[in-house]
Amino acid sequence: MCSLEKRGNLFILILTGQNGEHRLNPNLFSSIISAISRAKVESTRGSALVTVSHGKFFCNGFDLDWVNAAGSDEETQQRFNLLLDNLKQLVLAFISLPMPTIAAVNGHAAAGGVVLALCHDYVLMRRHRSVLYMIDLDLGIKIPEPFMALFRAKNSGSARRDLLLRGLKIKGEEALKMGIVEAVYDGEEEVTNAGIKMADDLAKRNWHGEVYAEIRKGLYSELCDILGIASIPIATPRL
Amino acid sequence: MCSLEKRGNLFILTLTGKNVEHRLNPEVLSSIISALSRAKAKSTRGSALVTVSHGKFFCNGFDLDWVNATGSKQEAQQRFDYSLDCLTQLVQAFISLPMPTVAAVNGHAAAAGVVIPLCHDYVVMRRDRGVLYVNDLEMGLKIPELYMAFFRAKTSGWALRDLVLRGLKIKGEELLKMGIVDAVYDGEEGVTNAGMKMADDLARRKWDGEVYAEIRKGLYSEFCGMLGIASKAIGTPKL
Repeated sequence: MCSLEKRGNLFILILTGQNGEHRLNPNLFSSIISAISRAKVESTRGSALVTVSHGKFFCNGFDLDWVNAAGSDEETQQRFNLLLDNLKQLVLAFISLPMPTIAAVNGHAAAGGVVLALCHDYVLMRRHRSVLYMIDLDLGIKIPEPFMALFRAKNSGSARRDLLLRGLKIKGEEALKMGIVEAVYDGEEEVTNAGIKMADDLAKRNWHGEVYAEIRKGLYSELCDILGIASIPIATPRL
Repeated sequence: MCSLEKRGNLFILTLTGKNVEHRLNPEVLSSIISALSRAKAKSTRGSALVTVSHGKFFCNGFDLDWVNATGSKQEAQQRFDYSLDCLTQLVQAFISLPMPTVAAVNGHAAAAGVVIPLCHDYVVMRRDRGVLYVNDLEMGLKIPELYMAFFRAKTSGWALRDLVLRGLKIKGEELLKMGIVDAVYDGEEGVTNAGMKMADDLARRKWDGEVYAEIRKGLYSEFCGMLGIASKAIGTPKL
């Protein structure tokens, strides 16, 4: 599933799991959301979180085997809808997290896995052996609104179109040019270490987590409206 | 405070403000708003405005000496809020100005001071000196909703994040990459002359000022919506 490690001021969220594709099903969702809650509870000024994984995949999207193992068409749809709800909860949790967040994408990410990567403040990626693939169009699945709002906040113009409407498997260098990722690295160790270093550098800024989260929500105003996350007023410190 | 000079079709607004940092207090803001009113009253087809300043700073934000020179924390908050209200009125005045506007940024702009260049249609900046520094996060201050909407109108995606969520002092070349400034020049004379030339080139287009302002407001639709600045109907000319 996943594990949360604390290293000094850093929270390291590791996507684990035997099958290696880190497919999102209710168990993994629950595990990630719990981990984020724990990080939130234990957060202080100068906290930061980096999400890492190992192997061929970062996260290959919803566990469609689980969805399709339902008894009926109706139940299949229900299971799929449940995963969508869970993904919404996950996005909400990340966007409200009172600390900077980084995804160190070591391998392939598809559909829900792309959403997972992109709900971090910064995305680092491998130059090779890693693609971002919004497979939804190729599978004939419409991308639901809340997630479209996330993508709209992250990208615009031709980058947005190329990410969502072109069935592209986007490699690191291209993702960098499109402004989707911050930097690319060779090798799993390099991208993971870079993620940890970046988290560390951001943590050292010692920002107020609450203020950070509130400003961050302003980057996703449309998404926050859809998800019903109100802005909280924060008492003004000594000016 | 500021001065307004007319040179042919150009209005040249020089920021002086309080002390070398050209700090903003209600008196300074009121003075700039008056200058803009005068420009508006004298505007014709083919008018344009360029805002310049001299020295190390373009505008370093609110006059915190004035804000804090009160008996209580509550009063200081009131003075801060009042400064913010005056700033909002100034932004409204810039956004409604019936002529193209250019900011020639010769030096540092920080905090509320960043809003001033950004409420111009075009920003030219020095390459060799001067940063834009949105320091709210560093100060532990949440950025007001209205100003998040203002920043969202100007930029998006990773550039918006880097502007408001990273505590960065951003130089001209980087701002050019981010699409926040239009061009960079060396030296104060270089950027000031470039600003005037740009304003002059825009003035020669002889646009209808009212139409210009109405189209411009559409670029800030969310911001204008929050302020209740409605779009006006304009008589349709012969098509």
